[in-house]
Amino acid sequence: MTTTAPVAPVARARERLLPVYFLAGVLFGIVLTKGELASWFRIQEALRFDGAYLYEVFASALAVASPLFWTLERRRVRSLAGEPIVIPPKALGRGRRYLIGGAIFGLGWGVTGACPGPLFALLGAGVGVIAVMIFSALAGTWVYGYLRPTLPH
Amino acid sequence: MQISGMLELLHRPWPWYVTGPFLGLVATGLLVIGNKQLGVSGNFRHLCAAALPRNVTFFKYDWTRSGLWNLVFAGGIVAGGFVGGVLLASPEPVAITARAHADLASLGVHDFSGLVPHQLFHWGTLLTLKGWLLIVGGGFLIGFGTAYAGGCTSGHGITGLADLQLPSLIAVVAFFAAGALASHFLLPLLLTG
Repeated sequence: MTTTAPVAPVARARERLLPVYFLAGVLFGIVLTKGELASWFRIQEALRFDGAYLYEVFASALAVASPLFWTLERRRVRSLAGEPIVIPPKALGRGRRYLIGGAIFGLGWGVTGACPGPLFALLGAGVGVIAVMIFSALAGTWVYGYLRPTLPH
Repeated sequence: MQISGMLELLHRPWPWYVTGPFLGLVATGLLVIGNKQLGVSGNFRHLCAAALPRNVTFFKYDWTRSGLWNLVFAGGIVAGGFVGGVLLASPEPVAITARAHADLASLGVHDFSGLVPHQLFHWGTLLTLKGWLLIVGGGFLIGFGTAYAGGCTSGHGITGLADLQLPSLIAVVAFFAAGALASHFLLPLLLTG
């Protein structure tokens, strides 16, 4: 009867899956804490080349994810939401954003021992002052957005 | 007896061969659920776009469309951090190698309990210049750098590398190189002297 915008059902499907994403986040948060990826000590151990734990975690994560990703894309599997699974390639360009941006993030990671996922996990684990760090990260992102037209990419 | 044994098992930290594959499965699960790529740093951009877009092009997009799932996912990480870091917290100090222990002790770290050293991560540190640099400065670099590089340790390190993308490899090499430099040369300045 009334004409509704064609996006409505898609948007509804998107909202229906939100609790599933929340549960996936809970699982990820448990992996980060029980797997000690949110541990400052574990990150320092890796970055000071004093132990192999983090490297073993990354290698085994990629050994599991890489063939699964490849199979999903190759076989054109559809997601539960109905769309074909595609990982869009990131534009390389001159590659400077990855080198410079990655290095700036690495400096912060090296002293704080925290990357964005662990920041949220540590907040949940009750390290209150992490809220200040998340707020600073928001400020950093905002300043990047503001300066973006002037930065090399 | 059996129940207490099981609880003891749940509180134990995971070995790498459990953590790594689980991480890979979370990344794969997000693709299967809704063709979403595991990543967390995008949330900083979504929150900026939601709260303070101003006239900045980088923040002018429909964040509810591309970012709502990711913000909900981040909310889940906070809840999961409570489960893994409080309810199932390990009673023992982190089992880093003896070498790492000695190395960090030589920098003045004396408390190895919990997920982060209490001496660095408490509200009082914000009253010192070094603590302020660590918390506020470190957080700023994380937000600026991940937005610049278009991803973090999960977006580039897991998703991008698992998909064999060259940009992600460049970013990950840069993370680790700069992270090692910061840990060796900046961290000692913030901890001692």
